[in-house]
Parts: sequence; C-alpha cells; structure tokens
Amino acid sequence: MATTLPGRAAAGKTSRGGPDPATPPTKARRKWLSWKRSTPYLLLVPAAVLELLIHVIPMVVGLWMSFIELTQYYITNWSEAPWKGLGNFTVALDFSGPLGRQLLRSFGVTLGFTVLTVGISFGLGLCAALALQRFGRGRGFIRTLFLTPYALPAYAGIITWKFMLQRDNGLVNQLITNDLHLTGNRPFWLIGSNAFVSVVVVAIWQQWPFAFLMTMAGMQVIPDEVYQASSIDGASTWQQIRHVTLGMMKPINSVLLLLLFLWTFREFNTPFVLFGPTPPASADLLTIHIYSSSFINWNFGLGSAMSALLMLFLILVAGGWALWNRRISRDA
Amino acid sequence: MREQLSFRIFRWVVLVPLGLFVVVPLYTMIMSALKPLRDVQGAFSWWPTRPTLRPFVDIWSTVPLAKYFVNSLIVTSVATVFSALIAVFASYAISRYRFRGRGTFSGVVLSTQMFPGVLFLLPLFVVFVNIDRTLGFTFLYQTRVGLILTYLTFTLPFSIWMLASYFDGIPKELDECARVDGASALGALFRIVLPTARPGIIAVAVYSFMTGWGEILFASQLTNADSRTLSVGLQAYATEANVYWNQVMAAALVVSIPIVAGFLLLQRYLVAGLTAGAVK
Repeated sequence: MATTLPGRAAAGKTSRGGPDPATPPTKARRKWLSWKRSTPYLLLVPAAVLELLIHVIPMVVGLWMSFIELTQYYITNWSEAPWKGLGNFTVALDFSGPLGRQLLRSFGVTLGFTVLTVGISFGLGLCAALALQRFGRGRGFIRTLFLTPYALPAYAGIITWKFMLQRDNGLVNQLITNDLHLTGNRPFWLIGSNAFVSVVVVAIWQQWPFAFLMTMAGMQVIPDEVYQASSIDGASTWQQIRHVTLGMMKPINSVLLLLLFLWTFREFNTPFVLFGPTPPASADLLTIHIYSSSFINWNFGLGSAMSALLMLFLILVAGGWALWNRRISRDA
Repeated sequence: MREQLSFRIFRWVVLVPLGLFVVVPLYTMIMSALKPLRDVQGAFSWWPTRPTLRPFVDIWSTVPLAKYFVNSLIVTSVATVFSALIAVFASYAISRYRFRGRGTFSGVVLSTQMFPGVLFLLPLFVVFVNIDRTLGFTFLYQTRVGLILTYLTFTLPFSIWMLASYFDGIPKELDECARVDGASALGALFRIVLPTARPGIIAVAVYSFMTGWGEILFASQLTNADSRTLSVGLQAYATEANVYWNQVMAAALVVSIPIVAGFLLLQRYLVAGLTAGAVK
C-alpha cells in the first residue's frame, strides 16, 4: 500500500498536535481490490454518505442558489428559477442601496459583538481558571457551578435572561431602579440600542464557561516541576502566571480564540430567542439577518449570496489565523 | 507554595462576581417557577411570597409539552446513537489506517465545522422539499427523520475528530494482538478497542446529545406542529395576549434537568474528551 500521505493530512495532523501517525498495518500488496485495502473505505461509507447528503450537496446547492432568483414563486419548482448571475451579490454588496446598507450595518454589529463576546469570555475564563488553580477544598463544586450555563440547553438559559431583561417585571430593572436607585425610569433592554448590550451579556454568560473549561484543561498539563523551578528562582505568583502559565498556554489559547471567534461570529440562538426572527437594528447579527431575509422575506437567492459572503469571510479569518499561528510557533 | 496576598485578593475579586453572574439567572429560573402568574407579571420580587407548584402542573396543558418532550427525546437519542456508531467506524479508519483520500476526508469533514448553520439551512430546506416532492410523500421535510439526519450529520465531524484522537492514544499493539489471534478488523474494534475507549465514546455521546437537545436554528424551520421539539416549543408559552413567565421558567427548568444531571454525572468524561484533541 502506498503510504505517501497527502500533504494536507500531514499538515493538519501536526497543527492539531496529535501523536505520530500510526505505521501502516500491512506490507505493500499488489492486488488492487483486496479486503484489507477496502476496509478503511467501508468503515467510512456511512459517514461519507451522510456528509455528502447533508453537508456537501447542500453546500454546492447553496452556492448555486446564490446565482439564481429564488424567491417565493420558485421554492417548490426551483429548477425553473431564472438565472441571475452575480445579481444577488451585486444587491448584497451595493452599499448605497437599502439591502446593502443593512448588510454592512449587520456585519459591523456582528464584528463588534464577536470581539466583545470573545474577548470578555476569554478573559473571564482565564481569570477563573487561574483563581481556581490550587484552590483546595470546594474547587470541584465551584467548577461544576461555573460549567452549569454551558450544560444548560441554550434556549433555557436565554429565555431566563429574556425574562430578567423585561422592562416592567424583570430582575435587571428591579435591581437598578428600585433596589439600587441608579436610574429613575426603567430602561428598555430588548429594543433600541440597549439590545446590543443585552445580546453581548447573554452570549458571554453562555460562552465563558467553555473558555474556562479549555483554559483549565490547558493549565492541568503544565508540569509542577516548572512551577517549583521558577519559585526556587524567586519568581512571585504573578511572575509565574505571566511567564510560566500564560507562556506555556499559548498554543491552546490561540486554538481557543479561533474556535470562539468562529462560533460567536455565527451565533444564532441568542438573538433569536431574545428578540425573535426580527431583532432590533442594534442587535441584528449576520446569521439572523440572513435568516430573516430568507425565511421572512422569502428571498433565498439573496440569502444564499449573503451566506456565501459570510463563509468567505470566515475562511479568510481562519486562513489568516493559520498564517499568524505558523509565525508564532516558528518564533517560539 | 506560598501565595502572595495580592493573588489571594485577586482570587476572590474574580470568583465572587463570577459566581453571582452565573447564579442569578439560575436563581431567577427556580424562584420564578415557584410563583403564581400574578407575581411574575408585576414588579420582580426576589422571593416567592406565595410559593406554589402549580406552574409545574400547568406547563403540560398550556402547551403540548409532553409531545415536544417525546419528540426531542426521540430525535436526540436516535441521532446520538447513530452519530456515535458512525463516528466510531470513521474515526477507527482514520486512526488505524493510512489510505488514499484520508487527508481529503478529514479536511472536508473539519472544514464543515467552519461554516455557519444558516448556510446549510437554506439549501437543506430546498433539498428536503424537493426530495419529498420526488418521492411523492413527506419523508424529510418537517419530519423527525429529517431532523435526525440533520443533527446526526452535524455532530459527526467533531465526534470523529474527538474519537480519532482518543483512538490514537490507545496502543496499536492491542488490536494487532487481537488480529494475530485471528480476530477480524471489526472484531478487534468491537472486542478490544471499544471497551478501552469507553470514556471517549461517552464524551462523544454527551456532546451529541447536548447539541441536539439545545439546537434551535434547524428545529425552527425543519419541524411542524407534529414534529416540534422542545427548543422551539418552549416559545409557545408566549401568546399575543400574555406571557406565562412562571410556566416558561418551570418548563425551562424541567427540560434542563435531564441534561444538566447527565452532564454533571458524566462531566469528567466530556472534559477529558473535549481536551484530548486540543491539549495533546
């Protein structure tokens, strides 16, 4: 069996830092169709069929859809939908037109939302993981408590926040106006510009436990000897955190930040449960913007074009990250 | 090792506000579920002055919650079982064999993780509608089968990745011994590798179950009144005239309990599995 790995597989493997690839189980065999040769393919068939049906074909269909005029008249007989060429993309990217302007605004909102949510979630997760290092008794309990928002089904947590953010009967307004007297009249949290704050806070509430989980796991693999050595050298707790802990966690932190960015940028649940399918302008995140242009306005062609643009952006981000990551690991 | 005073202060400055941030919504959920409707409509009160268990009774009749519950249970369990099984096969192939197309397969599978769900939702909608039209009856669109297939496939990539790195950690000599003793590839997988990989498989199953149980985007478009799952069904407590907040909170609590209990019981597996790939 020829065992020259495609370059991509080798690269993917090392970037994930997995253990060394296993050596081939059998010696080279001349026969083309042998039971042994086809075993891995047979094992992959179910996964490949499903990936093809639910992921690959829809992706191709989606790209194709972005080039046709797929409005409500053509949903069930989509083969008759007229070809539109780059028309949908022109509409989406025409920033002087209303649809293009909305898309641009939505992109800006999403970028702000993502940067704030990822940054704060990561910061909170890291601080909590640091604070719980060598905590002693009660550590397990606090860890479990902190992970609960992550375990809770997304809608259960978000709908609770929706209740808390109600203007007249919510906890937040009760706390800031009646209990703490910070403001005289009760602000609206789910409409207007405050909606942005709400969606960021709720997203952080759900996301930070994951950052906590990953940073905690990253700290566990740092050997104790490194800390002992540095404390013999007279390093203070803070110096240890800065130079030992954070230094050794660089690889896992960079993976974590990329994952959080990709996930947060396409966040759908939080705005959808908080505001329904048509959120206020200040919280009009991209995925929900695409969702409502497609399913509320029934313009699938435009929706697909916008999804394709979103996908392109995420590919660019991931690609940029890979380049940056390679430079970091080369310098290290 | 002695810790500096400033670090001890930092510890409490971090833990106390974070603890409050986490706990307050959970507290609200539990307390509001114990209040009569009147008490959740006026200004918020921190303590249920007239505690009642009625919301936990009413939730089942206001909305066909039991049906949604059963739907969620069927869809999520079936998707989880098949996802774990298919992922076991695929990741065993990836971990133990070197074959042409291995890199392409892993690449395609992992890259699907990067794309927004909305990207798949629109075409999937069109594909399902048209497959049904070709078949002449509703097989996929807005049925549990369609939702099962969708969830199952969406959890596959991460499950395969997680399990493959778990299998990589199990010495190859184990299954080679079994093969020498005359076991087939599948025999070695099922008798030797799977029992050793139990924590990894549990982690994958917990992940799939949690993902399916909490999914909203696909459930909102690919289900109808008969196949609706909890994630969408829970929004039905809000009518034009009234929102039954006490029942919403009670229902949120009820649907969360199985998943949170399961998570707490199995969290060490999930933590180990989740981090196996990233930390190694």
